Amino acid sequence: MLVNTIHGEMDDSLLEKKEGSLDNDIEFTTWTEYWLNEELVHRSVHVTLKTSPFTALEAASIG
Amino acid sequence: MANTQSMCTSFLGELMLGQHQFGTSTIVSRGSLTSPATDTVKAALYLASATVNASTTVYSSTNEVTGTNYTAGGVTVTNATAPTSTNSSSTAGVGYWTPSASITYTNVTLSTAFDTVLLYNSTQSNKAISVHTFGSQTVTAGTFTLTMPSNTTSTALIRLATT
Repeated sequence: MLVNTIHGEMDDSLLEKKEGSLDNDIEFTTWTEYWLNEELVHRSVHVTLKTSPFTALEAASIG
Repeated sequence: MANTQSMCTSFLGELMLGQHQFGTSTIVSRGSLTSPATDTVKAALYLASATVNASTTVYSSTNEVTGTNYTAGGVTVTNATAPTSTNSSSTAGVGYWTPSASITYTNVTLSTAFDTVLLYNSTQSNKAISVHTFGSQTVTAGTFTLTMPSNTTSTALIRLATT
């Protein structure tokens, strides 16, 4: 598979692949890195949002 | 300084003034504006060192990310689903809206850590809508994808609820 890198497209067989993830109340995030001779040449990130700002509206009492 | 996930307070007032419109609608005539067009919402990324929060009133390029294939101002948000509202009781309800597709920045290099996306209304003078934070990231010759939560009363990206 060809991977877009800072050096152009490269075959993934030439690269070292590293993956990671983060899972908490706000997000589930994964990332994929490709390294060439200890140089980071590609990093993609996918963030899935779980929560968002929540605004409560309240009508004031009159009188 | 730090970014803080929040609704932008200015947005609430602007909603009441009719300065934002996420979906088409038919209204009692305001002159010829009986069926206004949908505004364009955009999404800009900000550095972890920025200060973007509830006090943010408009999009600014200050402390916005920069890098290969990233255009200042960010990308247009796909908005095919109009806001809706649901009553949860006789005295309470939720109005909610979520972009109808993931927000994607393709083949970018963003070398300085970022942790925030600002949604803003590019049709209405770039007025700020909401701030969403996530774990600090960088991208190298890759794609940054923000997938939206489900568009429900409890998980939609933007929710306004009566109490």
